[in-house]
Amino acid sequence: MTSHRPSPLALFLFCIYVVFYLGFMAISAFAPDLMTTIMPGGVNLAIAYGFGLIIAAFVLSAIYGMFSKSPETTSTKEGEE
Amino acid sequence: MIYEPSIIAVLIFAAFVALTLGLSFYLGGKAKSSEGYFAAHGQIPWFVNGVAFAGDYLSAASFLGICGMIAFYGYDGFLYSIGFLAGWIVALFIIAEPMKKLGKFTFADALNARFQSPGIKIAAGISTLAVSVFYLIPQMVGAGVLVQPLLGLPHWAGVVIVGVTVILIVVTAGMVSTTWVQFLKGTLLVVFSTILTVLILQRGFTVPQTAEQTGLPEPIGPVNINYVYDMGFALPESVNRDAIDMSWDSHVVSLGEGEGKTYWSTVFLPNELDAEPSDAVLFLPAQTVKTLPDGTKLYNGKPLGKGEGEGQLQPVGYLSELPNGEEKSGPLGLFSFFTTMQNSKINLWSKKNIVEEGGAKVLVYYQKPTSGADVLRPGTHPKFAGIRSKSLIKKFDFLSLMLALFCGTASLPHILIRYYTVKDEASARKSTIVGIASIGGFYVLTLYLGLGAMTSGAMDVTNTNMAAPLLARSISETLFAIISAIAFTTVLGTVSGLILASAGAVAHDLLQNFSSKQYDDQELVKVAKIASVIVGAIAILLGILFEGMNVGYLVGWAFSVAASANLPSLVMLLFWSKTTKQGIITAILVGMISSLGWILLSADTYSSVYGIDASQSFIPFSQPGLVTIPLGFVTLVVVSLMTQPGEEQKPAEPATAS
Repeated sequence: MTSHRPSPLALFLFCIYVVFYLGFMAISAFAPDLMTTIMPGGVNLAIAYGFGLIIAAFVLSAIYGMFSKSPETTSTKEGEE
Repeated sequence: MIYEPSIIAVLIFAAFVALTLGLSFYLGGKAKSSEGYFAAHGQIPWFVNGVAFAGDYLSAASFLGICGMIAFYGYDGFLYSIGFLAGWIVALFIIAEPMKKLGKFTFADALNARFQSPGIKIAAGISTLAVSVFYLIPQMVGAGVLVQPLLGLPHWAGVVIVGVTVILIVVTAGMVSTTWVQFLKGTLLVVFSTILTVLILQRGFTVPQTAEQTGLPEPIGPVNINYVYDMGFALPESVNRDAIDMSWDSHVVSLGEGEGKTYWSTVFLPNELDAEPSDAVLFLPAQTVKTLPDGTKLYNGKPLGKGEGEGQLQPVGYLSELPNGEEKSGPLGLFSFFTTMQNSKINLWSKKNIVEEGGAKVLVYYQKPTSGADVLRPGTHPKFAGIRSKSLIKKFDFLSLMLALFCGTASLPHILIRYYTVKDEASARKSTIVGIASIGGFYVLTLYLGLGAMTSGAMDVTNTNMAAPLLARSISETLFAIISAIAFTTVLGTVSGLILASAGAVAHDLLQNFSSKQYDDQELVKVAKIASVIVGAIAILLGILFEGMNVGYLVGWAFSVAASANLPSLVMLLFWSKTTKQGIITAILVGMISSLGWILLSADTYSSVYGIDASQSFIPFSQPGLVTIPLGFVTLVVVSLMTQPGEEQKPAEPATAS
């Protein structure tokens, strides 16, 4: 039997996202007026941060996908890419 | 609003149903065994599974609910988009690969992999049913909402059509056909949302120049406040008539008496007329549905209809001002769409119940000009308004919802079962990444779709759920037909997944552990099919009973229950080797019962479901997650520590690899 714990990379990326998500929640709940701040590019912080969270999810998952050719998965079966 | 049944929509939807049913019957032969019926033989390619995740996950709540919420309240609906997507991070980094490695048919298998305990299977089976049924209600309500305007059929007919179609899909070929329906739906949804967004950006914003364009009477004013009484306006009791001040802002006032009585909302225009700041007031026309004591309904003062002497509610959703007083913005880019809106003014609509002298009940829909900057920040929707207040409890309500959305996704049984349809953990991971890309892409578009709907001049004030299809109609009838048909198939895809998850739980988790009889493979599939029909029938019934509830709202509950009941066990099983089966069982039950109980006793449920005074609820805030998710974790740890096995019975400790 092997460990079912997520890999260190997965946990690291997970923590980055959690911090990013918590930041959004904290600003929304405790400093909502900050959300109207206009960011470079003209949109406000609410939109920039919201889109940022969605894009971050995609970027982090892509990084994970690229770097996790972990031995435990590739050794057993052939990938079908 | 009066809807014309759309023949093209009926044809497109019928074609889609025929296609999926044909596919189901064709694939039916491949799903005779448990392996085939519940997990499509684990042979679904990862890319298809990834898009099917999107088809499974993007429910009526995402498409209809979020777009509707954004269309009527702005940014707040997008908070759901953010939370719904964030949940996939938990799924990808924590749950996906172990789930595939440990389980076979249901997520109860994965929880139970180390223990072989019937108790775990029963507890997880019950929580699967509870979550799935909660999730089914809004989907079925969504189906009913769609069918009324599209086919001109009553609410129950839509619920029955969807229910029966889905039961057929699930019964014929289980996971095989469900996957392809979800794949097809996921693709259509993402592609057509993109097309719609491009068309919105090309169209840009327009400010209607005459009252005729909006179908409503001309606004009155701005006038000096001191002449208001001379003009015959009747102010509500709550307004202090002596102190004329800003507290008058967005009050509903009436003009005239009896039959000809009309309603208006007040808007102060500080510093605009040549008067003291609070002296200039504008009256904007409101719309009314009046129910006379004898039951007759009048729409804007007239019986429903399109002819002479008949009335209906007018479509709404207009900008009242563009930056620099322009009439048209012209085509906009991805960013200039927001920057333009930020410097505009939009008339948002709210509603209010008023009882007239003589007993007539009037539902008044009134408008309130709101600055674009306000629309594009969180906290406009009454449910989220708490974050702009000073009340800590109200902020907790918001945080609690966002926590439930984050933790809920990876705890939803109908999502988890998709992990058993691919062949290995690498495929599980890859399909999750494809899922995140398609779902994330769609959620980015929801903000454009919702705000596009808000300013399309085509919104139905009585029905927020129709925002996305009506937006399409403001562009073209054909697009309306296509989007409506897609919305309908959205319901089909998600409902199939939910019914299959429930049927799997009944066959694999509950039945086998409750009865002493050993079931063979064929019998299990048969049991699952019977369970599908029963769960489908229950879903139809609930969909009819809950008519009129906002679909996005109910889905929030399902996430709370799923996160509270399932997530603590899933996570602790992976991270804490001292977890015991008793710990898992109690954590599931405590999480499920506490979150359900909290919801049923919350102020929100008091007012919107039972129709009793919300202040009677003793639950401090309506969303349970912030309390019940940690409660699940604490329960698991405490019970596990109390029930540590002796050295001999201790299950083999997994060796640490990687």
